[in-house]
Amino acid sequence: MTKAMVLALSLFVLPAKADWQVNMTQGVTELSREIFDLHMLIFWICVVIGVAVFGVMFYSIFKHRKSKGAVAEHWHENTTVEVIWTVVPFVILISMAVPATATLINMYDTSEADVDIQVTGYQWKWRYQYLNEDIDFFSNLSTPRDEINNVQVKNSNYLLEVDKPLVIPVNKKVRFLITSNDVIHSWWVPNFAVKKDAIPGFVNESWVRVEEPGIYRGQCTELCGKEHGFMPIVVEVKAEADYARWVADQKAMKLISAGAASQNYAVADLIAKGEGVYNAACAGCHQVNGQGMPGAFPAITASAIATGPIQKHLDIVLNGKAGTAMQAFKQQLSAVDLAAVVTFQRNGLGNSVGDSIQPSAVQQ
Amino acid sequence: MATVDIDLPHVKDDDSHHHGPAKGLGRWLYTTNHKDIGSMYLIFSLCMFMIGGMMALVIRAELFQPGLQLVEPGFFNQMTTMHGLIMVFGAVMPAFVGLANWMVPLQIGAPDMALPRMNNWSFWILPFAFLILLSSLFMPGGGPNFGWTFYAPLSTTYAPDSVTFFIFGVHIMGASSIMGAINIIATILNMRAPGMTMMKLPLFVWTWLITAFLLIAVMPVLAGVVTMMLMDIHFGTSFFNAAGGGDPVLFQHIFWFFGHPEVYIMILPAFGIISEIIPTFARKRLFGYSSMVYAVASIALLSFVVWAHHMFTVGMPLVGEVFFMFATMLIAVPTGVKVFNWIATMFRGSMTFETPMLFALAFVVLFTLGGFSGLMLAIAPADFQYHDTYFVVAHFHYVLVPGAIFSIMAAAYYWLPKWTGHVLNETMGKTHFWLSFVGVNLTFFPMHFVGLAGMPRRIPDYALQFADFNSMASVGAFIFGFSQLVFIYNVVQNVRAGQKATDRVWEGAHGLEWTVPSPAPYHTFSTPPKID
Ligand code: HEC
Ligand SMILES: [Cu+2]
Repeated sequence: MTKAMVLALSLFVLPAKADWQVNMTQGVTELSREIFDLHMLIFWICVVIGVAVFGVMFYSIFKHRKSKGAVAEHWHENTTVEVIWTVVPFVILISMAVPATATLINMYDTSEADVDIQVTGYQWKWRYQYLNEDIDFFSNLSTPRDEINNVQVKNSNYLLEVDKPLVIPVNKKVRFLITSNDVIHSWWVPNFAVKKDAIPGFVNESWVRVEEPGIYRGQCTELCGKEHGFMPIVVEVKAEADYARWVADQKAMKLISAGAASQNYAVADLIAKGEGVYNAACAGCHQVNGQGMPGAFPAITASAIATGPIQKHLDIVLNGKAGTAMQAFKQQLSAVDLAAVVTFQRNGLGNSVGDSIQPSAVQQ
Repeated sequence: MATVDIDLPHVKDDDSHHHGPAKGLGRWLYTTNHKDIGSMYLIFSLCMFMIGGMMALVIRAELFQPGLQLVEPGFFNQMTTMHGLIMVFGAVMPAFVGLANWMVPLQIGAPDMALPRMNNWSFWILPFAFLILLSSLFMPGGGPNFGWTFYAPLSTTYAPDSVTFFIFGVHIMGASSIMGAINIIATILNMRAPGMTMMKLPLFVWTWLITAFLLIAVMPVLAGVVTMMLMDIHFGTSFFNAAGGGDPVLFQHIFWFFGHPEVYIMILPAFGIISEIIPTFARKRLFGYSSMVYAVASIALLSFVVWAHHMFTVGMPLVGEVFFMFATMLIAVPTGVKVFNWIATMFRGSMTFETPMLFALAFVVLFTLGGFSGLMLAIAPADFQYHDTYFVVAHFHYVLVPGAIFSIMAAAYYWLPKWTGHVLNETMGKTHFWLSFVGVNLTFFPMHFVGLAGMPRRIPDYALQFADFNSMASVGAFIFGFSQLVFIYNVVQNVRAGQKATDRVWEGAHGLEWTVPSPAPYHTFSTPPKID
């Protein structure tokens, strides 16, 4: 049926490069297929009703027109008919509601999960914490700004790619505990038929059991501010052995980065690294040139804090400022990145304070 | 005055002793005449329709291709927010109030609205509300950027400073709507001509009566929710602030308790208009008059118990999901009855297809399409895949554009000869219709596809697989937008000149409004007509 619709449409529109998906994603879980079937069932019910109703309407439009000499009849009531077309839709609806309720009950059964992952929405990135393992990381959009600004050719995963995807094992029941750090977001992966709002102060639950390894992509679906369109979700589903290896790698990497934080870095290296961190983590609000957006996000260039005492500068970056969009970066960035970005803000973007801070100092 | 009237011959009733319209600007500022106020509402709504439409074109131009071309994401959000607010509160609602002002007294045989001074006031505060709202676009930090649904905490803790002006504007609009609604109820209940019993009321009057009760019930809820926001922002409360022990989901419950009936406020008067037009051009009485009235009343009642179907993904308990799914599906029953009745009215009629009828027929088909997608959205488990995607955008634009807006267009073409005394140019009317019809479908039909394929709403940029349908939609939007210029030109020409219209105007028209001369004199029914 999808194919037929595509075909019908392509008669009207010139063929183009992009694909022409016109229907819901069937997905890779039992639940997502169940939902797809419900969707098709209600769709076909609508089609049948539509054909019948509009059929009669167009019949009258062609037959009962004045130009064909039609003379209006005088009836304007018929209780039997009216009762029938009240009761029949009612019965159809009940028959539709029953399977829908069964699917809902299944969706709400979050018990007995094998893996628990807390998903937290931030403006504008996702944080994934594996509750049974010591794994905790942020996942940011990785599409280069130049592609968004039409300077560079867009790659095929444009806006649907991240620096660090969520990784889960195949054929295991994975439970997501979804919440938010600031405004409301919504975590959606069409292939899993999982969409749940991430709400500050609430923890929502959802679950998935994926049947095929692969890479699945989704997006934030609740308006969450300026970069709402730029906080994608990528989930890598791995076979069990690969997943175990990935978990081990994560733990090893944690040790390496702890070691990196105890080294000393040259100021020029910090500034160079800091620019990259700044563009990835801060420029969304403070802008690439450091000018900010008046009334919403302050400029870093010539800012009192970024050119004042370094401890106060570090403090706002580490802990954020409650009640504003300036979030705490303590958990989001490594000590090396934090030292680098602060040093960069003081010695770049038109500022030249001249001082710097080392990762070891950040850690205290 | 009544004693004087009796002595005068009926036709001379108007200008001979009642004063006519005052001269100059004062006429419009001080007027208490329902026809003047109706015209001002309609002109105001047309201006807002064009402003909101231009914002829609900014949105569609940005979405024509992937990548950021024209506007910043922050400004894009202000455009989507303002487009929604202006179309709902500035275009559709005032248009219906304008039609009610003109037509309710004429249809029930009343000389004017029951509370004419309040009528003046409820119109004249509206332009100020929208000046305040629009001016916020030029304030530091920009205008409202949190969507027309303004979910907290994006609209409180994280909002630009101009949100306070937005709140103030919403309060004024609400006051205007409540006053308008009180006036309509008072008029319909008290000022009907002798013999005009409730079950003889034209359906447009019936639907407006029910709509007015909905307005009185829910506009205070809207005022309440924005006041709570104001308290959170300026007075340290934490209604919606989780960090202070508040509840962001509470916001959504209150908002949609207003918002869902609001949706029906924008469609019930449309049902009334269509129920007037179809019988006229089918030359056959409306089928099932009383079931139409009961259907509208039950839709209105049900609209109070379905609000959380906008919130299936917030994490409601299972019983909540099931209840709101069932209640929502129930609404399809009375809505279906209405569609069946319209079609039964056409069946074995003697139809002609003047411009108002074309818009009415398009309404029946396209509104029903929007109803079908609404039924799909009601299926809670499937809604997890539809929610907050372009599928929803397609759905509510189908019920609001070829729904509410087409009904307003139909009403304008239908009653304009009565207002101006001139017959409309049919060729231009039909051109407007066909351009709008093609434009609307080209804009909104592909949105179903990209929505199902996974495109979220309210994003300024999108992944490559959505590109083709989005360019189609943008082309359609420009066709639809510019075709409204044909309408404006047609109306202006009609006001200025044109062939003289007869009193009945349309061959099949019935009802009191067609018994007065065209154009309707400044004062009508100073002596109540007799109804048998
Ligand atoms: C989500 C938007 C956002 C992001 C991302 C963001 N900031 Fe901020 N930042 C703000 C806001 C808003 C303020 C102003 C807070 C206030 O009201 O004082 C601010 C303030 C600051 C200030 C103080 C400026 C001044 O003069 O008041 C510094 C320094 C700063 N941010 C550094 C950073 C760094 C470093 C990063 C990246 C690691 C970053 N910000 C990322 C929104 C953001
Ligand atoms: Cu988000």
